[in-house]
Amino acid sequence: MSTTVETIIIGGGLVGVWTAYFLAKRGRSVIVLEKESVGAQSSGVNFGNLRLQGRYPDQYPLSLRSQDLWERLPELIGDACEYDRTGHLYCAFNEAEAEKLAHYAKVSRANGIAIEDLDRSDLDKRFPYMGGKVIAATFSERDAVANPRLATPATSRAAQALGATIIENCRVTGIEARNRGFELRVDDGRTFSCTHLVNSAGAWAADIAARFGETVPAFAAGPPQFVTEPVPYFIGPSIQTIDGSVIARQIPRGNVILAGYPRTASDPVANRAPVPPHKTLAGMTALARVIPALAHASVIRVWSGIEAYLPDMIPIIGPSHAIPGLFHAFGFCGHGYQIGPGVGLCLSEWICDGHTPTPLAAFCIARFKSEVAVSEKFKAEFDSGGQSR
Amino acid sequence: MKAIVVGGGPAGLRAAMTLAQHGLEPVLLDEAARPGGQGYRSPAPGIALDIAALMGSQKAKYERLHRQFEAARDTIDYRERTSVWAIDGHTLFIERNGHTNVLTFDSLIVASGATDRIVPLPGWTVPGVFSLGGAQIALKDQGALIGRRVAFLGSSPLLALAAKQYQATGATVAGVFDTAPFYAKIRAVPHLLHAPHTALRGLSYLAQLRMSGVPLHFGIEPVRIEGCDRVETLVLRDRTGREMHIDCDAVALGYGLKPETQLAELAGASFAFDKSFRMWLPVIDADGRAGPDLYLAGDGAAIGGADAAEASGTLAALALLADTGHTVAQSQIDRLRASIKRLRRFQRGLATAFAWPHRDAGALPGETIVCRCENVSAGDIRAALGVGLIPPELNRVKAITRCGMGRCQGRMCGPALQEIVAAQSGAPVATVGRLRTQAPIKPIALSAAEMPR
Amino acid sequence: MDEPLPHARFIRAVPRNGKRLQFVFEGEAMSGFEGETVLTALLCNTGHVRQFEFSATLRAGFCIMAACQDCWVWCEDGTRLRACTTPLADGMRLLSSPPPPEQV
Repeated sequence: MSTTVETIIIGGGLVGVWTAYFLAKRGRSVIVLEKESVGAQSSGVNFGNLRLQGRYPDQYPLSLRSQDLWERLPELIGDACEYDRTGHLYCAFNEAEAEKLAHYAKVSRANGIAIEDLDRSDLDKRFPYMGGKVIAATFSERDAVANPRLATPATSRAAQALGATIIENCRVTGIEARNRGFELRVDDGRTFSCTHLVNSAGAWAADIAARFGETVPAFAAGPPQFVTEPVPYFIGPSIQTIDGSVIARQIPRGNVILAGYPRTASDPVANRAPVPPHKTLAGMTALARVIPALAHASVIRVWSGIEAYLPDMIPIIGPSHAIPGLFHAFGFCGHGYQIGPGVGLCLSEWICDGHTPTPLAAFCIARFKSEVAVSEKFKAEFDSGGQSR
Repeated sequence: MKAIVVGGGPAGLRAAMTLAQHGLEPVLLDEAARPGGQGYRSPAPGIALDIAALMGSQKAKYERLHRQFEAARDTIDYRERTSVWAIDGHTLFIERNGHTNVLTFDSLIVASGATDRIVPLPGWTVPGVFSLGGAQIALKDQGALIGRRVAFLGSSPLLALAAKQYQATGATVAGVFDTAPFYAKIRAVPHLLHAPHTALRGLSYLAQLRMSGVPLHFGIEPVRIEGCDRVETLVLRDRTGREMHIDCDAVALGYGLKPETQLAELAGASFAFDKSFRMWLPVIDADGRAGPDLYLAGDGAAIGGADAAEASGTLAALALLADTGHTVAQSQIDRLRASIKRLRRFQRGLATAFAWPHRDAGALPGETIVCRCENVSAGDIRAALGVGLIPPELNRVKAITRCGMGRCQGRMCGPALQEIVAAQSGAPVATVGRLRTQAPIKPIALSAAEMPR
Repeated sequence: MDEPLPHARFIRAVPRNGKRLQFVFEGEAMSGFEGETVLTALLCNTGHVRQFEFSATLRAGFCIMAACQDCWVWCEDGTRLRACTTPLADGMRLLSSPPPPEQV
């Protein structure tokens, strides 16, 4: 017996469950098939940054729409998920980096984001704990954070309350396109059919795209992350060095969370995301350089995640070019958390209205039909060639 | 051929000595200041404790182990106060005196020992409540008592031993309170006969305590510990349901031992659920092999007690030697295998006699703090499981509630968390998973980071 | 051997042969002995070693074998010590809660 529904979403990450949420909100029938539990992968283990400044320029309309959703979490899903408008401090260690900061600030301002330029004396006044090696920074007040461990389950529950069906521990084993729709088989033998299919399967999504002949050079990786023991709360904003050595924030409980580059290849088959200890040591040194008062704080846990990366370091969002009714949203390259809710909203519009008002052409999967240039960001965020360890 | 042994208890010491006897120059890493581990801990210099008297019938074994290790010390690269915080392939990341470094190995023997297995109760975070093993360490290492009037609570043969040691060194024993009924001990007799001397020793401690007027209670139910900044009263319920209020200023709490398996996990060991202990244990063969170039010995691999630890340390070293082309005596291997098998079977008997009260752990009152690092209560855990889309899996429950997320990484709360999640969800305990280990297995200060090499 | 202090948590059960060592906890002068850990020396003087972060309660350690991580104390310079594994040293200046970041 097959279950028929308008939309099936493969992958219960942040993007998948927000898509389900908005579809259900519009009264559409939708099922999310999740191979483990919702938010178990990079949606649940990422750093939790809702950063606006310094994003990929073409992403701003999407980013701003998404930030608006994050700002309204209690109204939308009945749970703030520890959302905190902390602001975000982007830091430079030298003149070259400061120039790069100025460029980012220009792009951010052009998109309507308020950016403050801070020199060393401003830093001494406002953020006196910043290490002396930081010479300049930009501050974006609207940037925020939210607890990734809570966000996906909370959104899933809200989607369920609106009528979406979320099925966990359910791995898709077969997909076939037929009769202007799709038939899916899952590991317990059940079958499903739908007219619209969303591929938001994270690091496992490229395999699904490939079944329809849409091959993309995605690979799985994750950033080394760690958390310190709780120390008295003194760091307000998220702090990011432009060289990527430090992306840090302190939660009000006192723990300081750090993510940093270079990223490390993870193993989606064995479901493993290793954190090489030498990268932990590098992160510890880097964090103590940026915030010297943390030198005595102890690291208590490391982790990483399994996320799909693409060589141009921007995601794939939008309709398939191979088959009507199929939509892709994956390859977020470690920058998907902030835009997750917005991507869900746009996908729901595509499915319900046939189009979305948000310009997303840059993220079309067809760009991989020709060779895609490897971005500078990619080179900066990986050791070499992407297969870093 | 570089062999590293981690752990300076009886298993690690025997493993290192065996490797040295066969011409290897093993490195022995010990987190403690002196060799001996927890059970055979020696007093710190300057503490005038007659440890031999305290060890009682274990005196001869204690002295032999320490004497033989001292004699072998020139052949072993012994590094005290050195802890391993991460493992990456064949590289150990170590920390000593606030500095990190790396050590590479060809073969690794992990003898990481055990800690107390704990069932929390309301008030267990009040100053004056210590683990049962901790109460003994305070005495053996530091010549100090955890209080003047001490209650011993839990389910463990060590309750009576520790109470006797405390009594002998001047403490008043407020009572020995065992959650397992006495009949459980009778039922376990066939198993216990695998090590009759040990079994008799345990019974004789109980008899001696009773003779000296110490209250002994079996089948009791812990209720709470009262006191704000210090322990004042231990409240229990006896078999008839009557509440007992025990006046005391300290409580030693222990429900048997739990292997420290974090390093084994980081080194690549796989795990299987053991029904009699209701614990996930690393998978080893009869000699302690746990994977390529990886050997596990002592209580860190399977709870077996000090004698089994010594034997399994020797055996793991022999396995390593045999695997790397050295000639070892098969007769010795056979003898050790038989002895370890017998001793571990005895421990299975103990697990029946001194049962892990899993129903009590699963039914802890909501206000009980389960995770003493992150201040997470049993009620918090149940509430998280009740909201939907939080699967009854320990790592997911940890992600939502922070139970097990603190400095100790679930060492203290993990066993109770497992029982609460299983009881609340109705899922068999073997299906709720186990908390994943993440480096660093002990907190490490940012300032300790120095790039190796 | 000294008489146990009235508010002390631990009792020294056997004599000390080592030197007497002076240290300061929360600004108060205390003493212990060579061979003692920070935990023993503190608890032979007082009833706790640290303030708990998440409620207004005190902690005195628990496992005494480097597993539970509940006995970490602070030095006045911000350095962290696990009391049960750190030998007492003459002149230590210890705190039960972290010094404010600007003083570190």
